[in-house]
Amino acid sequence: MKRSRWLKTMVAAATLGAILVGPSHGARAEDVIKVGILHSLSGTMAISETSLKDVALMAIEEINAAGGLLGKKIEPIVVDPASNWPLFAEKARELIEKHKVAVVFGCWTSVSRKSVLPVFEELNALLFYPVQYEGEECSYNVFYTGAAPNQQAIPAVEYLMSEEGGGAKRFVLLGTDYVYPRTTNKILRAFLHQKGVSDDDIMEIYTPFGHSDYQTIVANIKRFAAAKPTAVISTINGDSNVPFYKELANQGVRAEDIPVIAFSVGEEELRGIDTAPLVGHLAAWNYFMSIDTPENREFVKKWKSYVKRHNLPGGDKRVTNDPMEATYIGIKMWAQAVLQAGTTDVDAVRQAMGYQKFKAPSGYEIRMDPKNHHLHKPVFIGEIREDGQFDIVWQTDGPIRAEPWSPYLPDSATKVADWTYPWVCGNCTEPKYK
Amino acid sequence: MTPFRRLPPSRREAPETDLTQRTMPSIKVASLGLAALIVSLACLAGTPARATGLEEALRGLGSKSRKTILRSIKDLGRAGDPAALPALEALRDRKLRVDEQDRVLILADDGTLARDALTGEEVPVAGQRLRSPVINNRIRRTLLPVIARLQLSSPDPGVRLAAAKEMVKRPRSGAAGAIRSALETERDGKVRQALRLALALIEIDSPDPVRRISAVRTLGASANANVRARLARMLQTNESGEFTAEPDPEVRAAAAEALRSIDRRLALVSLARNLFYGVSLGSVLLLAALGLAITFGLMGVINMAHGEMLMLGAYATFLTQNLFRSYLPEWFDWYLVAAVPVAFGVSAVMGMVLERCILRHLYGRPLETLLATWGISLLLIQTVRLAFGAQNVEVANPAWLSGGAEVMQGFVLTYNRAAIVLFVFFAVALVWVLLRRTPLGLRVRAVTQNRSMAACMGVPVSRVDMWTFGLGSGIAGLGGVALSQIGNVGPELGQAYIVDSFMVVVLGGVGKIAGAVWGALCLGVVNKFLEPYTGAVLGKILVLVFIILFIQKRPQGMFALKGRTAEG
Repeated sequence: MKRSRWLKTMVAAATLGAILVGPSHGARAEDVIKVGILHSLSGTMAISETSLKDVALMAIEEINAAGGLLGKKIEPIVVDPASNWPLFAEKARELIEKHKVAVVFGCWTSVSRKSVLPVFEELNALLFYPVQYEGEECSYNVFYTGAAPNQQAIPAVEYLMSEEGGGAKRFVLLGTDYVYPRTTNKILRAFLHQKGVSDDDIMEIYTPFGHSDYQTIVANIKRFAAAKPTAVISTINGDSNVPFYKELANQGVRAEDIPVIAFSVGEEELRGIDTAPLVGHLAAWNYFMSIDTPENREFVKKWKSYVKRHNLPGGDKRVTNDPMEATYIGIKMWAQAVLQAGTTDVDAVRQAMGYQKFKAPSGYEIRMDPKNHHLHKPVFIGEIREDGQFDIVWQTDGPIRAEPWSPYLPDSATKVADWTYPWVCGNCTEPKYK
Repeated sequence: MTPFRRLPPSRREAPETDLTQRTMPSIKVASLGLAALIVSLACLAGTPARATGLEEALRGLGSKSRKTILRSIKDLGRAGDPAALPALEALRDRKLRVDEQDRVLILADDGTLARDALTGEEVPVAGQRLRSPVINNRIRRTLLPVIARLQLSSPDPGVRLAAAKEMVKRPRSGAAGAIRSALETERDGKVRQALRLALALIEIDSPDPVRRISAVRTLGASANANVRARLARMLQTNESGEFTAEPDPEVRAAAAEALRSIDRRLALVSLARNLFYGVSLGSVLLLAALGLAITFGLMGVINMAHGEMLMLGAYATFLTQNLFRSYLPEWFDWYLVAAVPVAFGVSAVMGMVLERCILRHLYGRPLETLLATWGISLLLIQTVRLAFGAQNVEVANPAWLSGGAEVMQGFVLTYNRAAIVLFVFFAVALVWVLLRRTPLGLRVRAVTQNRSMAACMGVPVSRVDMWTFGLGSGIAGLGGVALSQIGNVGPELGQAYIVDSFMVVVLGGVGKIAGAVWGALCLGVVNKFLEPYTGAVLGKILVLVFIILFIQKRPQGMFALKGRTAEG
């Protein structure tokens, strides 16, 4: 039949192509170092993750322009897990087994990280994870360049309780119903108890994904806030933020009455929305585009020119944000570690990663903790401006060490993440070697 | 013993780099130094020359140190000089700038001119490097009562009312004198009422029990949650049941009485509020579902791409907005009105194209229709994503849809929600007129009721299908216009509403527009009355369970189609 013959031809052509491409691929593999980039470029998370892919390519281009690594060029392999969590694991396996990448930069949501974790541990590969997360994890195969809760959430609450932050006595913990807000709020509740805030003064509210009707919730917050100075700690995810802030503004709640501090609203999220109702509300991050340091000015300039050169969608409206800075730091640090180790071998690079220092765009010399694989990061609190940027209203004295296991939760308080002798464990209550 | 001890929870690591090494021009260090300088200068110069106090305090507003700004605001508040009002308002609105000669300027609206806050002379600022003082919420909380006090003498009653309301929100004992003298001259009833409330909130702390009782009685006439909290605090007891806050039993009795009357009023407000929220949620659901009630309800096409018609409508609104922004900026506030027909047209044309090219080949095969329309929906999402980017696009609320009116104390009727309730009336009326009063409607109804008979009577069945599908899609486009005003506009906009839309249509009864209306309103109101007790997540689950049970009991929905076709 006509169709089957056509099919056969196609199969033959494909096989031939594979044979032709195969060896040349292998030959090229020796003079390049392959790195994997595992970010969703389609689906719901594309909004946030696309710019991480872009900034990763920018960092790699920069390293290649400076002569590459160990005399070789870096070749980025970009795959699209399409916001589909199980697909993340498949694509990670493909990157490691098929493309033999030296390292993977990727993931955004905690569930995607949890999905790829077994793959990286089984194949002993390296993942650099660039987004703030809920902690309670420390894998031998992951370097966490985003914030742990004590590098974002805890300082934010301390700020709100301080006189400068408004001296909040009551707290509304408002989030989307999934793992990151639930865990963060559990930690925050335990922290607030320790600070003497009783359960009567904490209101915890969750909404389904994509929730857009915040009328009742805002009215309840207003009533709750009548008795004492109140602050809202929002872990609302992406798309629901706009309806929430719009409702707040329309019902006449202003930032100076009830400030809302958000952990997932950054420059990139503010780009697509009408910022007027959000002005004056707060966000806590380890980096803001508006930070005025020579390093950041250069970083922003590089990004703008990269966007222009490659004609990326969005053009001069593109911004930098915290996870982008974390991605950039991760790649640069990995390159430093490879240079120091003289190889891209996973075990050697992992050893070299500890104590790596990098002058980050935030202006601080950021250091990788050899014990818990997290960065020491400074914390900034910014107030949203009309132009979608932030005024920095508070910052820590310097970088803070991450605490992946929260000391405020009874289950995790006794756990230690320490990959150096004698612990050699990310999840233990006593050292492996006594 | 463990060789490694964890750091105590609150202790942080010290700065890791030496201060002198840090190249970051640490805002903090710099501003601290400057603050110290300014404070010391202020100490030297401040006290003897009180005449220049205004000048100095105004200069302080432009300081880099928030402490100095705060102190300057307090100084200006104590002085009570109305001359400082423009500068204070400019600070609030982020219009205050400091130029290179350290002059404090007030930026004019167009941003090219500025006035010196001290002398009032005009200064051209184009091309100059201006610094704007950074203020935070703590400064705003000090600033707003000071502004309110100065605004009490404003000629505009609206401004005076806002000022009085601000004083109710943040009562400051120092303002009592200003409020009393304002009350003597104030003629506007609303302002007087707010002022009396503000005064009562101050006098409730008076040492004189008679004054306290009269203050409590004034407060009892309001339905303000803040006032309620203040009264409740008077009745606080310690563990052994002794009253700690209010010693006088008569005042306590008055407070308890006032609390009861406030609670009665608040219960009423809460009922009205829930009802409105329910109707408003119902209207949103109805707008999303109305188009589906036609394509699925009347035509029986399981249209999974319905959500994308909403999305197209929202993007049409976005494009209209951009056109207005570039070509008709003076009419910008009315772009939404123009967006209504545009969105209707875009979605309707898209619907008709789909019907002609794909769906008409699949009539009578529900499974294929379902899969095909689902594919179309993915196709449309990706197309929009390629054309406009994966990012959400910004659709601004026109000024007349931002904010809200306080119809009762504690119940703010937000304009965008109220407008959607009105808009849904318009859309339903449009559908009703089209179906009941036009020849097209007559044909649509004929085809719905008995397809083959209608064909025999000479109704062009196939063309009617196309028009009906176009109408349903166009109505969905109208829904998109409304949704763009309350949420995000992004490629996935429609996905969030597709399930809700089917729920509404199925609950209301397939084939009846009135069914969709009642279905949506019921869902909205039930949802909103459940939410305070169960939370949003559980509330949604309960509503789903309720619908499933209802459909078990009454598979034809709330409104059954009468006649033979209802059996199918």
